[in-house]
Amino acid sequence: MSSPADSQNPERLEWHTIKLIENPVYRYGLLGLVLVYLFWSVGSLEVDWVRAARGIPRAGDMLSRMFPPNFDRWELLSRELLVSVQMAFAASLFGMILAVPLGLCAASNLAPRPVYLVARFIIILSRTFHEIIWAIFFVKIVGFGPLAGVLTLIIASVSFISKMLAEDIENMPPGQMEAIRATGASYMKFLVYCITPQALPRYLGVSIYRLDANIRHSTVVGIVGGGGIGQVLAASFKRYDYDFSLAILLTIIALVFLGEIFSNWARSRLR
Amino acid sequence: MSPAEHALKHPEIWRRHSPRQTLFRYIWYVGVVFVVAWSVRSLDLPWEYFEDAGEQAMDLFTRMVPPDWDVLGAVIDALIETIHIATLGTIVTVFIAFPIAFLSARNTTINRTTWVIGRFILVASRSVNTVVWALLFVAIFGPGPVAGVWAIAFRSIGFMGKLVAEAIEEIDEGTVEAIEATGASRLQVLWIGILPQVLPVIYGTTVYRWDINIRESTVLGFVGAGGIGILLYSTMNLFRWEQVSVLLVAIFAVVVVSEFVSAAVRSRIT
Repeated sequence: MSSPADSQNPERLEWHTIKLIENPVYRYGLLGLVLVYLFWSVGSLEVDWVRAARGIPRAGDMLSRMFPPNFDRWELLSRELLVSVQMAFAASLFGMILAVPLGLCAASNLAPRPVYLVARFIIILSRTFHEIIWAIFFVKIVGFGPLAGVLTLIIASVSFISKMLAEDIENMPPGQMEAIRATGASYMKFLVYCITPQALPRYLGVSIYRLDANIRHSTVVGIVGGGGIGQVLAASFKRYDYDFSLAILLTIIALVFLGEIFSNWARSRLR
Repeated sequence: MSPAEHALKHPEIWRRHSPRQTLFRYIWYVGVVFVVAWSVRSLDLPWEYFEDAGEQAMDLFTRMVPPDWDVLGAVIDALIETIHIATLGTIVTVFIAFPIAFLSARNTTINRTTWVIGRFILVASRSVNTVVWALLFVAIFGPGPVAGVWAIAFRSIGFMGKLVAEAIEEIDEGTVEAIEATGASRLQVLWIGILPQVLPVIYGTTVYRWDINIRESTVLGFVGAGGIGILLYSTMNLFRWEQVSVLLVAIFAVVVVSEFVSAAVRSRIT
């Protein structure tokens, strides 16, 4: 709406698109801050520009050595890929099971305050650290191989599924809970007849999504010694076997794509 | 209806699922258990390592406390580099993801081929983990933060491109038609008709991805792509566990704070 003062000032009538931040001082101020930040961050990074500049011809060289992808060692490739998928399956089921108690403890409307805080802290702690950090710790504890990878993926799955489960329970209407409690149901009966029917569809959906995410992550835990295709990929990079690396990468992309299709299909069936 | 038929159709005890549904459900359960059992068996996990896992973990923990706070200065420098990698990577992403998002949205793509190309770029970018991208860019640019920035950017393109493309597909076509009716060029339609409608989504996903990228950039150093990961990896390999705990505390703090900042900004935008 234009005030009378606006219509007397022809410049103010000029149309412009709606800006997210209306005040130009703040808008350009923010832009200026971003520019200052850019100068500071690029300047403070210790970059070997000569080495980085040599990268561009190197990238071309690497690409030419990547093509055509080399599938000669497809036996090794498919064996390790299967290991990755198996790691994802195992971790997803164990994660699903372990997430139930943790999720129940992390729901503020079910658990007593101290239990809730401890459970939330566990979830935050396991979510904060990247899978690779967990993987290194597990490699130190149980040695190289798929066991460390499975444990890593279990940690990631438990924290994700239990967080979703806890949020789902917290959003439940209190009516049903009161009704079941009023019948004098024990805690177990309360879980079976009140929480389970309401939480199950979403819990299963989240778990299937997590299976898909685990397939994606199972390809990297190997880089730090967690077994599976990641280990072969890292080794091929170290040996400059770039055509084999590309073959592995293409296989991973295909696998992830299939996993995503399966997960979307399964979740749409659930609804 | 005879009493027998009636009893069959309306049983005394109410059940939620028909026998057929129940049967299928149990087949699913058995199938899942079977697949997992087969996976665990063929993985051939060395269960005997579990016996002393508790001891090993306790041993690790006792070595980690008390933390050696003397390294805090070096840790903070490395953390700043980590944040720089995540932020610069996110900024690079915005510029690359934006045109690809237009290619991958059905209503703004040029033709079917460009749509397929756009979609393929998005899928490929998302399928390859940041750490794998980092392996690739370390091989190209050599170890250091430049490789990290590009790794972050290449992984984020798929994420941001997908969300922005979905937002473009859901815009109000009326506005676009109105701008077209004024005789605007294709670029003007993009700039005035479409961009303002998806701008909040662009800002929102950028901030969201930035917060994910902070977490991702903490591990880029393991493959040599800069940031706090280099320090973490070397202190771990030197078994300086009392320093590792300082690093973990620092990573925890920065990830939690960035998550908080991102949530606060996003709630103000949308």
